Amino acid sequence: MSDQVDHSRRRLLTAATVGTGAIGVAFAAVPFLTSWLPSERAKALGAPVDVDASKLEAGQVLKVVWRGQPVFIVRRTKAVIDQLGGHDDLLADPKSEDADQPDYVKGAARAVNPEYWVGLAVCTHLGCSPLGAFEPNNATQLAGTDLGQGWPGGFYCPCHGSKYDISGRVFKGMPAPKNLAVPAYTISADARISIGVDNAPKKV
Amino acid sequence: MRKHLILIAVALFGTALSMGVASAEEGEGSLPHAGTDIKNIESLQRGARNFMNYCSGCHSLKYVRYNRIAKDLNIPEPELQASLMFTSEKPFDTVISSMPADAEAWFGKQPPDLSLMARARSVDYIYGFLKGFYVDKARPWGVNNLVLPATSMPAVVSSLQGLQKPVYHSEKDEHGSDTMVLVGAEPMAPGALKPEEYDQFARDIANFLDYAGEPIKAKRQSMGVFVILFLLVFFAFAYMLKKEYWKDVH
Amino acid sequence: MAAAPGSADPSKTRGLVGWIDERFPMTKLWKEQVSEYYAPKNFNFWYYFGSLALLVLVNQLVTGIFLTMSYKPSAAEAFSSVEYIMRDVDGGWLIRYLHSTGASAFFIVVYLHMFRALLYGSHRKPRELLWIFGCLIFLLLMAEAFMGYVLPWGNMSFWGAQVIVSLFGSLPVIGGGLVEWIRGDYVIADATLNRFFALHVAALPLALVFLVIAHLMALHEVGSNNPDGIDIKKHKDASGHYLDGIPFHPYYTVKDVVGVAGFLLIFCAVVFFAPTFGGLFLEGPNFEPANPLQTPPHIAPVWYFTPFYAMLRAVPSFAGTQVWGVLVMGAAIVVLFFVPWLDRSPVLSIRYRGPLYKIALAIFSVAFIILGVCGLKPPSGIYPQLAKICTALYFAFFLLMPWYTKIDSVKPVPERVTGHA
Repeated sequence: MSDQVDHSRRRLLTAATVGTGAIGVAFAAVPFLTSWLPSERAKALGAPVDVDASKLEAGQVLKVVWRGQPVFIVRRTKAVIDQLGGHDDLLADPKSEDADQPDYVKGAARAVNPEYWVGLAVCTHLGCSPLGAFEPNNATQLAGTDLGQGWPGGFYCPCHGSKYDISGRVFKGMPAPKNLAVPAYTISADARISIGVDNAPKKV
Repeated sequence: MRKHLILIAVALFGTALSMGVASAEEGEGSLPHAGTDIKNIESLQRGARNFMNYCSGCHSLKYVRYNRIAKDLNIPEPELQASLMFTSEKPFDTVISSMPADAEAWFGKQPPDLSLMARARSVDYIYGFLKGFYVDKARPWGVNNLVLPATSMPAVVSSLQGLQKPVYHSEKDEHGSDTMVLVGAEPMAPGALKPEEYDQFARDIANFLDYAGEPIKAKRQSMGVFVILFLLVFFAFAYMLKKEYWKDVH
Repeated sequence: MAAAPGSADPSKTRGLVGWIDERFPMTKLWKEQVSEYYAPKNFNFWYYFGSLALLVLVNQLVTGIFLTMSYKPSAAEAFSSVEYIMRDVDGGWLIRYLHSTGASAFFIVVYLHMFRALLYGSHRKPRELLWIFGCLIFLLLMAEAFMGYVLPWGNMSFWGAQVIVSLFGSLPVIGGGLVEWIRGDYVIADATLNRFFALHVAALPLALVFLVIAHLMALHEVGSNNPDGIDIKKHKDASGHYLDGIPFHPYYTVKDVVGVAGFLLIFCAVVFFAPTFGGLFLEGPNFEPANPLQTPPHIAPVWYFTPFYAMLRAVPSFAGTQVWGVLVMGAAIVVLFFVPWLDRSPVLSIRYRGPLYKIALAIFSVAFIILGVCGLKPPSGIYPQLAKICTALYFAFFLLMPWYTKIDSVKPVPERVTGHA
C-alpha cells in the first residue's frame, strides 16, 4: 500500500517549481525597482539648459540653474587667463587629477573655450554656493574676509572659508577636498552654451 | 469534475454578461466601427500628422510628450521637429495647443484636452464624431454632429469630408403620433477627399488618439504573451509537484 | 552542524536558528502554525480562496506603497499624477494595473471565500468569531475600496463619493452635520480627498492587517473546517495526530502554490490584455477629471458594490425620507454577522443537508448576482422591479434561515471525511 517515496523526483520537481517561481519573482520585481529611476518628467526637467553668454562682459559672471543646481558662467579677462599657470603652489590639485569634470576640459583653464569658464557653483565641502571675486588683487575683501596677498582671482565660499581659483581649482589646506565640478557642456563660436550636452559630437 | 464544469460555466456566463454590460455602456445610438489597429505604425504616423495639422490648433494632448511619440512611432527627430512640432521646440515637452485659455468665449466651451478621449469614450466614438458632422442652420457654426448633438465644435473637417445633410425617418413615438427621428447623414457637397479616403483620415486620427490614451498598450499586450506562457510553465511544474507529494495522502 | 559542547538535547535547534529560537519562538511558530498544523485532508477547490485572499492583500499593499511614491493627493494634482504614473514613471503602468485589477480580484476572491463558508458551515460553532472577524474584514474592505476609488479624482471618483457620502445625510437629525464632518467641506473637495488618502493608505490597511492576523489566529485556535463539515479532531492515531488530518506543510503549501499559479494566469490575462475589463474594473467616465459641474450620464459604483447599491435604490422613500434605503443597505451587511446564530441545522455541510437549504442558497446566489446587474444598469425597464424582488429574496435567505434550516431533512453525517483532493 505504501510506495517508496521517490525523493529524487521530489527534489527535482521542487527545484523546478521553486526555480521558476524565483525567476518569476525576479521579473516581477523589475518594474518596482525601475520605477525609482528618473521618470520622463524628471528627465525633461533635467534636460540641457541653453545660455547665450555672448552679452557677458569680461570679468562678469552669470548664474543659471541646471538639474536643480546653480552653474557659474564666468567670462574671464585675458590677463587672468594668461596667469592661470602661475599659482600651482597655492593649489591642492592643480592638474585636476581628482576632479569631477568631462575629459574635454583639460589643463589649467578647465574649459572648452578658456574665455568662458563653466562650473557648478556648489562647494565641494558641504554644498554651499561660493561667491565670486574675479579681480587678481592684494587685500581683496569678500564677505568680511581678507582673501590674502596674491589673490589670483577666483571663488570664495563664505560657509567655511574654502578658496578656489578662477578655474574652480581648490586651494591647499581648505575644508573643501576637490576642485569645483564641471558639468558636460558645449559652447558654440558665438558663445551659446548648452549645459548638459557633451562636447563630443553625438548622433541624436 | 461536474462541479468544476458548473463553476467554469458560471464564470463564462459572468464574463459574457460583463462583456454584454460593457458594450451596452457605450450609448444608445450605434457607433460606426472604427476598425483601428494599434499595432499599425503607418496608420499611427498618419494619425499623428493629421492630428497636429487639423486638431492641435485647438486641442492639446497635455499628457503626451513629443519624444514619446517619436520613440513609439519610429519617427526620427528631424522629422518630428519638421512635421509634428509646431508649438514647442523641445522634444520632451507635452503637446500643448496654442488655443488661449479664454477660448470658452468663442466656442461656449473650452476645446477639451484629448489625451484620454479614447479611454473616456471609445475609438468608435471619435471615428463616428469625425464622420458625423452635418449642416444645421440653427447652430452657431452652422453644423451639428450625429454623435454629440449640439456640439460646440465647428466642422474643421468639412474641407476634407465635404458637407453632409441630416436624414430623418418618420416614426411613431410612445403616444402614437408621428415624429421625425434623426437617423443619419448623407453627402451633400464633396470635399477634397473621396469618402474612403476621408474614412481612412478619420480612422488614422482615432487610432492615434487610441495610442495617445495609453501609449504602453501595444507593449503591454506583447509582454502579456510572455507572461502567460511563463505562468503556464510554472503552473505545470507546480501541478506535478503537488501530485507527487499528494501520493502520500490516502 | 556540530552540536555545541555539553548539549545533547535533540529537540533543540542549533546554530543560527538555535540562537534565534532561544530569543524568539521562530521554530516553535513554524511547527505549530505550519509544519505540524494538521488540516483536514479533503480540502477542495473552494478552499483555495483564503490563501488567494492573502496573496491579493500582499499585492495591494506592495503595489499601493509604490503608487504612493508617485501619486499626489491633492484635488489639483491627483488626476495628473495618475497619468504621470501611467506614462512617465518607468513600469508605473504595470504597478497601477496590478493595483486596480487587484482591487476587483480581492472582491471576487472574498465573495467566493464567504460562499465556501455558507457551503460547508464554516461559520458554525466553534467558528462564530472566525466568521465575525471575516465580516469585519469585509466591511473594512468595502470602505478601503470606496476610498481608493476616490483617489484618482476622475469624474466617477468625484460623483461616486458625492452620492455615497450624501447618503449619510438622510439620517435624521444628525445627517446634515455628519455629511459636512465626513467631507470636511461643503462639497466633496480637496479636504475630503486628503483624508480619504490618509485612511486608505495608512489607517485602514493597518486595521485590515490586524484583523487578518486575528482571523488566522481564530482559525488556528479551533482548526479548519472541511467539505464534510465534520470534526477531524475526534479521531486520532497512536501519536495523537488526527487520522483525517495532514500537516499543512508540505501538503497544503504545495497545493496552494498550484492555486496561486492558476489564479495568476487569470489575473495576469486581465492585467495585460483587459485591464479595464470592459469598463467594469476601470470605468470610462473616470478617465475624465473630476468636474463638479457635470455629472456622468450614468453613475454606477464599481461592480463589487452594485448588489448593495441596487438594494439601496430598490427601497422607495417613505414619510418624506430616503433613509429606509440606507438602512436596508446597511442591514444587508449587518445581517451577515448573525449567520452563525440564524443557521439552526444540526449538520454543517451542504452535502448532508436537505433540499431546502440547497434551494435557498441557490436562490440567494442568483439573486445576489441579479442585484449586481441591476445596480450596474440605470433604474428603468424591468430592473427596478427585479431589484425589489431580489432584495426580498436576499433578506429571506437570512431571516427565514432559523425556520428552514430547522425543518430541513438531513442525511447521516459520516464519521470520517470522504475523499481527498
